[in-house]
Amino acid sequence: MTEYKNYLANQVMMGKMNRREFMGRAAALGLTISAAGTLFSTSAAAQEPKRGGHLKLGLEGASATDSLDPAKALSQFLFCANRNWGDMLVESDPLTGAAVPALAESWEPSPDAAVWTFKIRKGVMFHDGKEMTIDDVVKTLQRHTDEKSESGALGVLKSIKTIEEKGGDLVVTLTEGNADLPLLLTDYHLIIQPGGGYENSTAAIGTGPYKLTSFEAGVRATFERNPNDWNAAKRGFVDSIEMIAMNDATARIAALSSGQVHYINRVDPKTVNLLKRAPTVEILSTSGRGHYVFIMHCNTAPFDNNDLRLALKYSMDRENMVKTILGGYGKVGNDFPINETYALFPEGIEQRAYDPDKAAFHYKKSGHSGPVLLRTSDVAFPGAVDAAVLYQDSAKKAGIEIEVKREPGDGYWSNVWNVQPFSTSYWGGRPTQDQMYSTAYLSTADWNDTRFLRPDFDKLLLEARSELDETKRKDMYRTMATMVRDEGGLILPMFNDFVNASTKQVKGYVHDIGNDMSNGYVATRVWLDA
Amino acid sequence: MTALGPDTGPAQITATTAGGEGLPQSHAVSGTAVPSMTAGPMTGGFWRRFSLRRPLAALILQRLGLSVGLLFAVSLMIFGGVEALPGDFATTYLGQSATPQAVENIRKDLGLDQPLTERYVTWLGGALHGDFGTSWASRNSVSEQIGKRLGNSLFLAFFAAIISVPLAVGLGMLAVQFRNRLPDRIINVISLAAISLPEFFVGYLLIMLFAVKLGVATFPATVYDSMSFGERLSAIALPVATLVLVVLAHMMRMTRAAILNVMSSAYVETAELKGLSAFRIIAKHAAPNAVAPVINVIALNLAYLVVGVVVVEVVFVYPGMGQYMVDAVTVRDMPVVQACGLIFAAFYIFLNMAADLLAILANPRLRHPR
Repeated sequence: MTEYKNYLANQVMMGKMNRREFMGRAAALGLTISAAGTLFSTSAAAQEPKRGGHLKLGLEGASATDSLDPAKALSQFLFCANRNWGDMLVESDPLTGAAVPALAESWEPSPDAAVWTFKIRKGVMFHDGKEMTIDDVVKTLQRHTDEKSESGALGVLKSIKTIEEKGGDLVVTLTEGNADLPLLLTDYHLIIQPGGGYENSTAAIGTGPYKLTSFEAGVRATFERNPNDWNAAKRGFVDSIEMIAMNDATARIAALSSGQVHYINRVDPKTVNLLKRAPTVEILSTSGRGHYVFIMHCNTAPFDNNDLRLALKYSMDRENMVKTILGGYGKVGNDFPINETYALFPEGIEQRAYDPDKAAFHYKKSGHSGPVLLRTSDVAFPGAVDAAVLYQDSAKKAGIEIEVKREPGDGYWSNVWNVQPFSTSYWGGRPTQDQMYSTAYLSTADWNDTRFLRPDFDKLLLEARSELDETKRKDMYRTMATMVRDEGGLILPMFNDFVNASTKQVKGYVHDIGNDMSNGYVATRVWLDA
Repeated sequence: MTALGPDTGPAQITATTAGGEGLPQSHAVSGTAVPSMTAGPMTGGFWRRFSLRRPLAALILQRLGLSVGLLFAVSLMIFGGVEALPGDFATTYLGQSATPQAVENIRKDLGLDQPLTERYVTWLGGALHGDFGTSWASRNSVSEQIGKRLGNSLFLAFFAAIISVPLAVGLGMLAVQFRNRLPDRIINVISLAAISLPEFFVGYLLIMLFAVKLGVATFPATVYDSMSFGERLSAIALPVATLVLVVLAHMMRMTRAAILNVMSSAYVETAELKGLSAFRIIAKHAAPNAVAPVINVIALNLAYLVVGVVVVEVVFVYPGMGQYMVDAVTVRDMPVVQACGLIFAAFYIFLNMAADLLAILANPRLRHPR
């Protein structure tokens, strides 16, 4: 409900909804007329951004090993910092997740969605004063996909065959049709750089609303407004930005509540209720696509038995997980990795609930006996060890014994995740359903961490990818979701919200479903109310 | 959109907590370290004559030689240790979002596909020429990056030291003066309480009180290039206060114990009976004997202030060496880990050597071991 309220407020702010429509929908939500009126007026008042001021962010996730090369941006800190100075060809709509033009003005697919033509925006200046050309765009995409690429976007762009310039336009040819290509180009690594960044990948010269003025890896980054921003009307309201690396959760909270910074990320669900009491602080919770998972290898005994997998799925008390592990800041999952924030979300799939009887039934049918070994670590997701113990408890009521083994956090991603048959893990969202399934549920995917090897699923995924008819596509996604839910190795108890916080001075925060921190755009979208 | 490094955070904190607290306790106080190395038969005659004529110079030379050997051993152990950790740079740096091709490209690029010994020898060759290489992660020169971080660490340690050392010694003497009376008790209770609380907790208390409630102190303590000297001082006020509280008790109690021990010995009594003045007794007879253990404890605490304060750095968001090294270990950035490790080891060795030399200078008896 909070999300829907945020959504309504956002619609008003973006001018997409008038007062009457807003009041009607808010009333349907159960808000009183006066409360809805206040919400409308605050959202509407928020329409006039104030310019100026110095914005300070205290962010988790920086490291002394950070590099400004967008291809290597992995940390939360860089994800957010790079948004300030660079632009992609395409951005995603904060509310619907649809592709919207950025440095590409428009695009056109071939009928089989295998050849895409992008019109590139004219007259856009890089921070060094040179005009962006089609050559820069082509070279940028080539750098991220060539055989020497170390880019984090390499996996997303695997299906690209050629990248070339034709008559001043960018033409991308794919090995097979993909209706989602524009959304793939929203990947945060794909910042257009002069000369593609081959020469000086860490120069941080881009077309973004802010120029980088100083950067010290793992410590601090500062920016000043780019006076020649091509999109200045819609973004870049504060004069300057200071991002401070704060990896300690308590330090972030102390800095925010003492007013030393305006915004912090990663508020621990365990302390969010304490922070909420501070009079100057606002909690910014956005529902997202990230999810905490318990994963079983479908091809490894004893998890090669679907009855055992079902028994383990029914043993999960999802409501309790959301309440305890996420402090209520999240949504229950339904054992497939997609939620309603994705475009073409297949509605109407029955929500799986905690059912010890059904669990006991399937467990008996599976013929399994003895304890089931679950490996976990606190790096899998915040509170993973607690979640495993809670799960152990709820499974016990169904007569299933789970043995929880705590693994060292160091090296968890290389030694346990995707290696051991039953473990806890975390998935960030992907821009599209196709991407999510291709990354982790396609038989040939490197990260098929449930060893879900189903040729019929693979076939459906490929068909859906090049299907331009949205109704047909949605039906295909429904079938796929049901397959993963009922036969896969994924136990998905919860989708976590992104919980951030700001001082009340910060206005215009957009709850972007794309990713954390307003999809990384927080500093370019907010303004300071003096 | 790829998963954004879920493998940061908690792991670092646990690792650093263990490191930070292990340091001060693990080194026994070696008050009367003594030059007793046997020299080889070839140089035996010359060395014996030299060490008899110039015992101090001989000691220093010997210690320097040993230090080089120690540093070499340390570099070998760090290399082996990082190699033994699961995963290499390519997989840990890319984390959960590693694709096989990207991993392969990074490995080839950095020569990680070469055998272990070859990589070590290459690194050692560079290090002997003073070239610590470039960081694998950021591709910047290690020496350049470390210079800044080391400067920050030394800045913090220096101010913590010039406050805590005189304060500790002074309080220790005060406690002796008022032995078993109220001032002694107060000093003891407060300093013991401060050392019993974990350093991050002391830090949080200070932040809550001075930054959040009273709003008088600067927080976070991040320092950067464009800061003036005064701003820097104000930024480090809280971390310095935390460090002073943490190291104070150790030095203060050692001072107190050492002086008490000497003051109750027979020769001080003799001196008193001879009718010497109190000042002369302390300066001429008591101090040289009491100073050795005190200097050693001070040296250990100084070393701790430079190399062991990563927890305080994290809590106060201070860009020092500790955090830098932990970040590097997390992604197995070998050149950075090696350089940091060697600098830390060098500090320990140097401070311990300085402590021994000072103790020997202060107390001639230690120059002639039995």
